[in-house]
Amino acid sequence: MWQTVYSNPLFAPIVVTLVIIAAFPLVAGYIVLLERKVLADFQVRLGPMRVGPHGLLQPIADALKLLLKEDIIPAESDKAIFWFAPCISTITALTAFSVLPFTRTIYVADVNVGLLVISAVSAMGILGIILGGWASNSHYSLLGALRSAAQLVSYEVALSFALLSGVMAAGTLSMKSIVLAQQQRGVWFVFDNWGFMIVPFAVYIIAATAETNRAPFDLPEAESELVGGFHTEYSGFRWCLYFLAEYANIFVVSSVAVALFWGGWLRPFPSVAWLDVPLNVAFPVVLFVGSGAMTLTLVKKLKDKMQQAVLVAVALALVLVASVFIVPVVNHAVIGLFWFLLKVFTIIYLLIWFRGTFPRFRYDQLMNIGWKVAIPVGMAAVLINAVLGMLRHG
Amino acid sequence: MDVILFLVFAIIAVVCAINVVVQTHPISSAVSLVGVMASLAVLYLLLGAEFLAAAQVIVYAGAIMVLFVFVIMLLNAGAEAKKGRSFTAQLLGLPLLVAFLGLMAYFVQRLFPQSTMVHFGGFRGGGAAEIGHALFTTFLLPFEVTSILILVAILGAIVLARKEMD
Repeated sequence: MWQTVYSNPLFAPIVVTLVIIAAFPLVAGYIVLLERKVLADFQVRLGPMRVGPHGLLQPIADALKLLLKEDIIPAESDKAIFWFAPCISTITALTAFSVLPFTRTIYVADVNVGLLVISAVSAMGILGIILGGWASNSHYSLLGALRSAAQLVSYEVALSFALLSGVMAAGTLSMKSIVLAQQQRGVWFVFDNWGFMIVPFAVYIIAATAETNRAPFDLPEAESELVGGFHTEYSGFRWCLYFLAEYANIFVVSSVAVALFWGGWLRPFPSVAWLDVPLNVAFPVVLFVGSGAMTLTLVKKLKDKMQQAVLVAVALALVLVASVFIVPVVNHAVIGLFWFLLKVFTIIYLLIWFRGTFPRFRYDQLMNIGWKVAIPVGMAAVLINAVLGMLRHG
Repeated sequence: MDVILFLVFAIIAVVCAINVVVQTHPISSAVSLVGVMASLAVLYLLLGAEFLAAAQVIVYAGAIMVLFVFVIMLLNAGAEAKKGRSFTAQLLGLPLLVAFLGLMAYFVQRLFPQSTMVHFGGFRGGGAAEIGHALFTTFLLPFEVTSILILVAILGAIVLARKEMD
């Protein structure tokens, strides 16, 4: 009986879907913690330190707090839409995960219009934000929603042009085949065309920052002028859904950047055979053992016995993860996921870095960057990459 | 499976379409229209036109409906007041509707005989490559004419906007 269950073509997609839905809220919580810690580091302070050693259990405490909070629905709001809008945002954001190619074997679906599916669901996701802002029946929310709609529609054009350059190099819209095309060519697309593909990647990362409503393009939720922007009136679990959607979107745009420009699950120099052992075995082992050792140095500074014990356990867990990469069979199974997640979190770190570094743009500057810089540069990049690609690969 | 999905999304599309007319508030109508567009996309997908389904969602459910909602919000349109229908509308409304639907069904039946039945997934060539190839060979002229039409519309919008600014 189990044999038939395993061999069912729907078995793997359903398992991957369940794992994503179960694990992503926790991952999102830890991305928030990462963001708070990294921002704190930029601003020379400690960040969350109270819950767990170095704030390691903060996401769980936050999630519990949000679930137990009173859920307030403003009396003058449009109740049905107020209730439904965060669901639109969350559902569309999580739907985008269905076409992400985590590795050669771990993915939910590999459809021949994969990249378009991601564009489509992110275009629908805008509705969640503007409807939520409108249904709150508050001036701040409405202004945030209007700004958000204008910003997202503008930057979607630049985003599409940037994606077009990558799609042109791959010759397909299926996410898995895009990565396989990079394997076949032996180079990540961002270094292709004598390095000129870095231009569409730059356009992409700027447009993606605007699409995810993050600083320096976070005008829809500019705290200093709009209180909280479109989610001012939201509280408790509904607010939590908006944040889940926002962090899911961040993960998705980073994954698309990785799959399209940074080689997906491929290691650096995918076609150089002798780098296989140093990069696929030694690098992850050194990385995890190193971070385990660095964690151990922090133990002495903690005063509480319980917190020390937890931190030692974390260090041991990191070393345990390192040992996984030594076994050849297991290594073969997880190395793709390791590279994919490493690259995705590098891009997420880059986005946090933007937030910590750049001041928020004025609204007219935002529109100028979108229409007068990003879109023309994106169009020029498509044209030049088409010519260079033909010169290079015939 | 295909038939069940078709029935589910066809019913959603029809219910949402009726809801567009019934709702009094423009935003609720717009949301229902998004439902219509999204379920139409699923119907395209069932027929095997993947690219068209994705484009339907991006262009209609995404871009156009977002602009609709944006404009409705910008104009701050409130719910419309219900007025009583006129005597003629009450008397003739339902019979005329039935007659119209009957005529439509009759003409569709006449125009598309049984031999051209549409199958689920029967449409081959719904991928991006095939559509692109068709657009730039067989349908090149209509495609280019459409792009000129859109260019004219953009120019018209700019001219109108400039007049406002002066």
